[in-house]
Amino acid sequence: MPDLLIELFSEEIPARMQPRARADLQRRVTDGLRAGGLSMGAATAFSTPRRLALAVEGLGAESPARHESRKGPRVDAPEAAIEGFLRSTGLTREDLRIKDDRKGQYYSASMTHPGRSADAIVAEVLESTIRDFPWPKSMRWGSGSLRWVRPLHAILCILTDHDGARVVPLEVDGIAAADVTRGHRFMAPEPVRVAGHDDYAAKLRRAHVLLDPETRAEHIRAEAATLTFAQGLELVEDAGLLEEVTGMVEWPVVLIGEIGADFRHLPPEVLQTSMREHQKFFSVRDPAAGQITHFVTVANRETEDGGATILAGNQRVLAARLADAAFFWDNDLRVVRDAGLAGMADGLAQVTFHAKLGSQAERVARIAALAREIAPLVGADTDAAETAARVAKADLQSAMVGEFPELQGVMGRYYAEAEGLDPEIARACEMHYKPLGPGDEVPDEPVSVAVALADKLDTLAVFWAIDEKPTGSKDPYALRRAGLGVIRSVLENGLRIPIGGLIRQHCEHLEHAALMKRPDEDAWARIVLAQNLSFFLHERLKVHLREEGIRHDVIDACLAMTGADDLTLLVRRAEALGDLLKTEDGENLLQGFKRANNILTQAEEADGVEYSFGPDPKLAETGAESALFEALDAAGSEIGPAMAAEDFTAAMRAMAGLRAPIDAFFEAVQINTDNQTVRRNRLNLLHRIREICLQVADLRRVEG
Amino acid sequence: MADQAAKPRSFQELILRLQGYWAVNGCAILQPYDLEVGAGTFHPATTLRALGLRPWAAAYVQPSRRPTDGRYGDNPNRLQHYYQFQVIMKPSPPDFQELYLGSLRAIGIDDARHDIRFVEDDWESPTLGAWGLGWEVWCDGMEVSQFTYFQQVGGHDCHPVSGELTYGLERLAMYVLGADHVMEMPFNDPDAAQPLSYGDVFRQTEREYSRWNFEVADTDALLRHFEDAEAECARILNAPDSDAAGRRIVMAHPAYDQCIKASHIFNLLDARGVISVTERQAYIGRVRALARNCADAFLRTEAGGAA
Repeated sequence: MPDLLIELFSEEIPARMQPRARADLQRRVTDGLRAGGLSMGAATAFSTPRRLALAVEGLGAESPARHESRKGPRVDAPEAAIEGFLRSTGLTREDLRIKDDRKGQYYSASMTHPGRSADAIVAEVLESTIRDFPWPKSMRWGSGSLRWVRPLHAILCILTDHDGARVVPLEVDGIAAADVTRGHRFMAPEPVRVAGHDDYAAKLRRAHVLLDPETRAEHIRAEAATLTFAQGLELVEDAGLLEEVTGMVEWPVVLIGEIGADFRHLPPEVLQTSMREHQKFFSVRDPAAGQITHFVTVANRETEDGGATILAGNQRVLAARLADAAFFWDNDLRVVRDAGLAGMADGLAQVTFHAKLGSQAERVARIAALAREIAPLVGADTDAAETAARVAKADLQSAMVGEFPELQGVMGRYYAEAEGLDPEIARACEMHYKPLGPGDEVPDEPVSVAVALADKLDTLAVFWAIDEKPTGSKDPYALRRAGLGVIRSVLENGLRIPIGGLIRQHCEHLEHAALMKRPDEDAWARIVLAQNLSFFLHERLKVHLREEGIRHDVIDACLAMTGADDLTLLVRRAEALGDLLKTEDGENLLQGFKRANNILTQAEEADGVEYSFGPDPKLAETGAESALFEALDAAGSEIGPAMAAEDFTAAMRAMAGLRAPIDAFFEAVQINTDNQTVRRNRLNLLHRIREICLQVADLRRVEG
Repeated sequence: MADQAAKPRSFQELILRLQGYWAVNGCAILQPYDLEVGAGTFHPATTLRALGLRPWAAAYVQPSRRPTDGRYGDNPNRLQHYYQFQVIMKPSPPDFQELYLGSLRAIGIDDARHDIRFVEDDWESPTLGAWGLGWEVWCDGMEVSQFTYFQQVGGHDCHPVSGELTYGLERLAMYVLGADHVMEMPFNDPDAAQPLSYGDVFRQTEREYSRWNFEVADTDALLRHFEDAEAECARILNAPDSDAAGRRIVMAHPAYDQCIKASHIFNLLDARGVISVTERQAYIGRVRALARNCADAFLRTEAGGAA
């Protein structure tokens, strides 16, 4: 059982592509080997900036022999047919056997395909893996036609068993597989001959390459912790950056440096963003000063001067970057001091939001108007919400956000604080962008909530108005995210607002923004627009709730009810219905309801009348029928008040109580009797079942 | 091989060493192109020669103009006129990275003391209809070069692929020479009878051009020049392949000159702030169309590999 070792040695692979590439290499090679009939033990993939490697333990030495028996032509078939069969099987006539079936005699070929060596299968699988590797972006180089993420220089491919290591014969675009790799680009560039997994990892380590990204990450983490701890400092954890840096070094050397005192007054987000985005530095906090005072950088080599030159160079670059940031910060603060955030926002009139949608200033005006409408519904002060909306996008005009777009909102908060605006307004500048993703926090202060909802609803409405809806995987304006943001902001704050009504109202405001082209069709177009948008939100809600474990048909059953505009209520109703349907009573009630509804619907269609005339209990013929009358009266008197009090659990419980009487009724009674009076009365009774249940939820839409 | 022990002492020495290094390594050392360009890539020795099958190897200094980067000579790092050193080798040699690292050693950057890194950076020039994959090269965290394998130029797949290097000379020299302000960097040898700083040579021109770029340039005239260049480019390319005497002469280079002019005029208009966000894309598209047509024409010439 040999071990397989593969290394694809190339010029520097982008760090962000390495994790996917490791997984793809492992999956494609092991799938291919399995498809070729080879068994195997554990497989592990590794990457460094210059190599992608895979180790597979205990590979089968060869694929098993395979027996095949093939049915040929009939014995009396034309000679040509028999010759053809012999050609296709590669056999002679003596090898064929004659078999019988019901129709007569025919030739049969029995063949044994010998197993193939692991070497042959590996060579085949690796070549096709290299040629079809799913890099997100690949390239050609020199005069060749092979594509790889960057020029591929060498292929190491060996099988190791008790006899030693052998190279798997393989050549791709002029690159022949060998048993040789190279160490660190600068510290150990000489070729290294490799005899197996452990030998490979050990020799690479001696050649200043840590093969395993986990090992490198752990080394960086531990070194950074030691260096910071020694100075009484603490590292600001950043898992994404750690992964990226791990993919940029083969021999991590962790260095700690100081941020110039001139720059420490900058907001920590500015320091962190500048250092992370431009320099790939980790931020280091001084807990005593409560500031970011140092940085950690990871070099890719050791030097005689212990990294002093490298650190000095990095520090110089950082100083130049932070001088830029400080320049932006001071400039922005001067603008805010002179003209306020509102003054900073003036420039938004010159910034196009979207070619068809006018300027950012027009957008802000729409958001401000909508925020005023929403404010009282979420417990926010109307004027505060409007003011917050008017300044929330001002920082898009700041020099700092111009340089670091990811700081939008954060800078707005700092500049609002600098201006002395109400803290709730300052926080709204930052929080109104949230939630940015499924895991992100949702705004919870009333002013922030009002502006966040207004911003998202406006974005949805205007892009719907110009027919820029998300399609398939394309959602360039992140409208699905905006939709989910609206839903989560409402649900997680338990807001009781008529979301569809707000959308309708806002779509009417769009008229003033001249978004609708033809005035004659305006009113109708606005109604359709609002409906489409509400439908989209309901679809997003279904997706969201499905992740929370609520079935889409259960939501449909609740969406069909009046008051579905109130998402909080809608979800509570859906949860109660979902819980009910999980019980045996609920499931049986649903069946009873469907049966009643089907019989009634068929009778109504056949008779061309609606059986909505109240049934008469005096016409009840059996005990079960009388009992159903009583049960419906009881349930009806409970459900009404429960629904009025929005106590869905109580309403569902009352409805579930109908299960036994309905079952007993269907058991004891034939609906379609010859006595037309009794039949009519029973259909009217079924109508009461439908009526009472539909008060709670539209059970017709529930599947099952 | 150039002297590796000592660092260059001046801006010009750094340039001379790069030229010497790449001359030894097989490049034709060309002179700057005599038109205003935004980057060394625009030189026909790169843009056009990256097309077609014929091998090519050249290196040159190219003055580059970025009107929007003008700061009247005050900013320590930003200039509206600066120098790029450009290397192009077609097909890209297998040891192109090693050759590049050798050039850093030639200008006194010893990789035993420094941390040299190849960091993902894909290059794209929307105006040239060109893109490639490669890296920005970091030396101790500072970007010192752009390293690109051309994949497409003028809308054509590059086959063979050219390897392209761009060194931002001022920034690189400031780093090597330890200068904090570009204007204070020695241009010639500090011990020369007449030592000159970069500022002695360029401070005044930076001020003059910054004023002209930002405040004075006649935008109406520039718009006309843009249209003229565009029209002339089309006229040149529409001429028949053969002249009156029946000689087949496709005028790819004269047409490409007009493309270069249009591109630079667009940059000037941009600096004057007269191009809106929407118009911007349209202008870039017009220049790209010119570049594409010139590339098509070049492929019909001898240097472009046509018989």
